[in-house]
Amino acid sequence: MNRSMPRTIAFYACVLLIVLIAVFPFYYAIMTSFETGTAIFRPNILPESFSWDNYKAIFTRRGFVRSVANSVFIASITVGAALLLAVTASYALARVSFRGRGLLLMTILGVSMFPQIAVLSGLYELINLLGLYNKPWALVLSYTIFTLPFTVWVLTTFMRDLPMEIEEAAIVDGATPWVIITRVFMPLLWPALVTTGLLAFIGAWNEFLFALTFTISADQRTVPVAIALLSGASQQEIPWGPIMAVSVLVTIPLIVLVRVFQRKIVAGLTAGGVKG
Amino acid sequence: MTHSSANSGSPTKGKSLNLQQKRVRSAYMFLTPMIIMLLVVAAWPLFRSISFSFTDASADTIFNGQSEWVGFENYLERRVRSNGDIRWRGVLADKDWWVAVWNTVRFSLISVSLETFFGLLVALVLNMEFKGRGLVRAAILIPWAIPTVVSARMWGWMLNDQFGIINHILLMLHLIDSPIAWTARPDTAMIAVLIVDVWKTTPFMALLILAGLQMIPRDMYEAAKIDGINPFKVFFRVTLPLLKPAILVAVIFRALDALRIFDLIYLLTPQSGSTMTMSVLSYREIQQFGDYGEGSAMSTLLFLIITTFVLLYIKLGKLNLGGEARQ
Repeated sequence: MNRSMPRTIAFYACVLLIVLIAVFPFYYAIMTSFETGTAIFRPNILPESFSWDNYKAIFTRRGFVRSVANSVFIASITVGAALLLAVTASYALARVSFRGRGLLLMTILGVSMFPQIAVLSGLYELINLLGLYNKPWALVLSYTIFTLPFTVWVLTTFMRDLPMEIEEAAIVDGATPWVIITRVFMPLLWPALVTTGLLAFIGAWNEFLFALTFTISADQRTVPVAIALLSGASQQEIPWGPIMAVSVLVTIPLIVLVRVFQRKIVAGLTAGGVKG
Repeated sequence: MTHSSANSGSPTKGKSLNLQQKRVRSAYMFLTPMIIMLLVVAAWPLFRSISFSFTDASADTIFNGQSEWVGFENYLERRVRSNGDIRWRGVLADKDWWVAVWNTVRFSLISVSLETFFGLLVALVLNMEFKGRGLVRAAILIPWAIPTVVSARMWGWMLNDQFGIINHILLMLHLIDSPIAWTARPDTAMIAVLIVDVWKTTPFMALLILAGLQMIPRDMYEAAKIDGINPFKVFFRVTLPLLKPAILVAVIFRALDALRIFDLIYLLTPQSGSTMTMSVLSYREIQQFGDYGEGSAMSTLLFLIITTFVLLYIKLGKLNLGGEARQ
């Protein structure tokens, strides 16, 4: 490095500032989650007191564990179903040239990006007609709107990049497309499937608008709705301690996952788009 | 990569045609379940929502089929009163709607610009080689990993007027004289929303731009360095033009997210009219007032606005979102 001393210092100061801004809010949430009583209402940057009370309060509330279970169930089923449908569909989109492929791809991208509010009333009607209102399946169904196009899109870009030679060899051997997908491509696709699934899972886990609209009773809520509706005895009395405790609890697994799959996630996010 | 493998390595012509036909047939078979699913969960609800916008559907009539067709009345209706006055009704004559449109546009423009600027800055920093780069990269992913609902509540707490750390720090630094009710005051509510949104989504922008940066060959910089060209000139003449495709794509993804924003505003500034966006207003109309007709008219308008925006953007930016080879 041939940078001069002051410039190096300025650079590291810049890096430090970026890290500080990125991390501080979450640090502050963690700190608040360990404070109780009046300590919570004294703004301070370093912890003054320590207690697990907020976490205990969360677990004694009936709703929290239930809503985590709801969220896990809904997100897993949604993502599983989306991946199942997406693997074969994206094989067709990535490896076979047929009329209307470009248009279909653009439509899929369009669906993954259009505003959820635009389908809200129609979806509400559909869910009621199917008798799914206030049931987890209502959310599984509605989350498919964004998980399915997303997984198809990302898997298509992954599959497009797989070398042709592998597939050609299989075709010469007389393999059908189904065999090519399950025997030849699947082993190569595992990393892509994990990444795509993870991103779709996070999307379903975090979704708020549909979850808020299509559930009514406390025991059907997902985590985001439970956090949003967590309130105290009165309107003015917001239970900040427990709210921060829940926030920390549901965020830590996400941060761990993102950290573990960091590189793959970036590849998944940039798939297609930037390569253009 | 324009054509898939079947066209390239074909032993005999007749057999290849046969093979290609077979492949196309199985491709349609593979696509059918996905297409049916998308028709059920996306196309049909969208169609029904748009249909509702032409009816007087309400919470009571939506399921029993008693709602009536009213044409464009939800959008715009001219009413002549008994005394001869002309009154305009409907979403397009609604002041709240236009405020929401302005709020959405304002929010999208400012947030995406700031996110692009800061994202570029962070990406340039992360593209340097320095000790602890991996850690920094992990740190900036934290805001992105945090669910929006959680970040709304976290920042709501930090921006709290009486006990919030932000006011505390600003008071300590003597930047303000008295605590500010960030999320409640009409003149600061939008700022609060912007702070949280920029904080949360700049990492996404930075990562997309960084991916673009890493595709610029290193020797370009080396060559510029050897020629003794000013780094700023290199940035504006070499880096930025080469980054343009990556930035354009990142911007459209962010802009689409910004135009439909709902959860952050609904949670952070629930009472404020100065941050009410099109999605939030439409949701209120449907959920709170049970007015499926007007609420759907609003959501349909939002859908139209976003679609127009995307088509214009792709055309003007000559964007190749499909990632397919240009022919």
